[in-house]
Amino acid sequence: MLAQVSQLFGQDNSILGWILQLSWLLLFVVFMFYGQRIQTWNMLREVEGSLVRFKLMRDEGRKVAISTIKEVGKPQADPTAEVDRFLEYVALPPAEMDPAGIYWKLEHVLDVWDARVKDEVRHMAPEASEAEVNNLENLLGAALALNVYYKFVRHFYTLGKKTMSLYVIMQVQMALPLLMREAKAHLSALRASTEGQPIGDGAGALVAAKLMREYEKTRIAKDVVMAKVPLEGRTAFVLKAEGPGGNAGKPGDAIKRIIEENGGNIASAIIVDAGQKWEGEKVGEVIEGVGVAIGGIGIDRFKVDETVLKHRVPVHAVVIKEDLGDAISTMRKEIVDAADVAIDRIKRLIREGTREGDSVIIAGIGNTMGIGQ
Amino acid sequence: MSEETPTVARTNSFMVAIIFIAFALSFFALYQAMVAYVNQNPESGNSLLIMSLTGFALSTYFMLQAQRGAPKLILKPQRVATTILCEKCGFKNVREFQRGDYILKETENCPKCDERMLITSIHREVEKSESED
Repeated sequence: MLAQVSQLFGQDNSILGWILQLSWLLLFVVFMFYGQRIQTWNMLREVEGSLVRFKLMRDEGRKVAISTIKEVGKPQADPTAEVDRFLEYVALPPAEMDPAGIYWKLEHVLDVWDARVKDEVRHMAPEASEAEVNNLENLLGAALALNVYYKFVRHFYTLGKKTMSLYVIMQVQMALPLLMREAKAHLSALRASTEGQPIGDGAGALVAAKLMREYEKTRIAKDVVMAKVPLEGRTAFVLKAEGPGGNAGKPGDAIKRIIEENGGNIASAIIVDAGQKWEGEKVGEVIEGVGVAIGGIGIDRFKVDETVLKHRVPVHAVVIKEDLGDAISTMRKEIVDAADVAIDRIKRLIREGTREGDSVIIAGIGNTMGIGQ
Repeated sequence: MSEETPTVARTNSFMVAIIFIAFALSFFALYQAMVAYVNQNPESGNSLLIMSLTGFALSTYFMLQAQRGAPKLILKPQRVATTILCEKCGFKNVREFQRGDYILKETENCPKCDERMLITSIHREVEKSESED
């Protein structure tokens, strides 16, 4: 019998040979019954390694936020405890079961959030100017995002470890490369916000800034400035968020107000914004389209949609392509150069789509940090 | 800030034991393979050699996994350039970004025509690997 089994494995009949055979058989049985568990351990180890990276990034965000607040705001007391409290802030969306009027409810929540954060920042950094308060708000936002990424991964890691469920840990393991990419983008946003440098998201604001520079500006909505600019024989109402502090303003309110104050006599509204590029597309590529090119949660887009529909104003979009990393980190040269290309496109759209003497709206959307007007 | 970070053990004794056993078995299988070849038994020799190589591959893989050091966060320094332009004479100056710079800010006077110059661009220099994205 032993000899037959031995022949089956092509082995010598020595004791050591048998030990070897049995070990391999044992290994086979272990893999058969515990294969999934071993796979789970492996995944946990991978997530564990990434979790440490997420923690390092979160700690870096916190450290940069504290040091910048100390440097810019010159507070009397140590702001560490306040920063730690801020990093745990949450904004809870309104109930969605009855969706009627949800945008107004959501806008209210975000307004309260914005006011609260600004108050906190002013308290933490009493010496900061208004532009610096806006930049610090951006900085704390990036640090908060890094904390959320860390806690999200930690949640699934801990849950996976507790349950040893392959499917729990797989959820986060599969998403890790994308989460890591987004976290790294927020890490680069820290630098830009610390120094008040323009970010890729401000591409639309840069276009508007270049168009309105030599003309008188008025504040038309919360944190939004507007200038009446003669362009290609038409009157262009050019608007952007008020810089150079980091904020996006309320362009939806501004566009609505301009259209209503002109009795709906707007020949065209052209909205310029940074847009998500597909992988393989070039950064700074300028494309055109129709519709309201305003990113974010959708409140401003909703307001503009309502108004342009009411007054039948044609809406055109000029989009400057970039990915998330480019959008929240310091502006790349390709994006700066794309602003001039976008201006040429706007002029062509105006020439081709409107008549001389018409009024048009040109809205430069995006975070205007590091961009004046 | 609530803190309950899972403590990450980079190597554990169970892993070390597995690696040690796998290595020992692989060495032994290699020895047995050599004995089989010397005894003119190539059939056994081949299967033992395959076992040995598989064992070495597995144990090396686990060893590398166990030896993986704690990750570090390396922040590469980023160069941000500010371009200042004199709109009157076209004089252009590119310098390192300084805190307080912003696009369309009027800065120092032009060294050529003494006109106020304007910051026309602030951008980061992108590494080649990043620019290929």
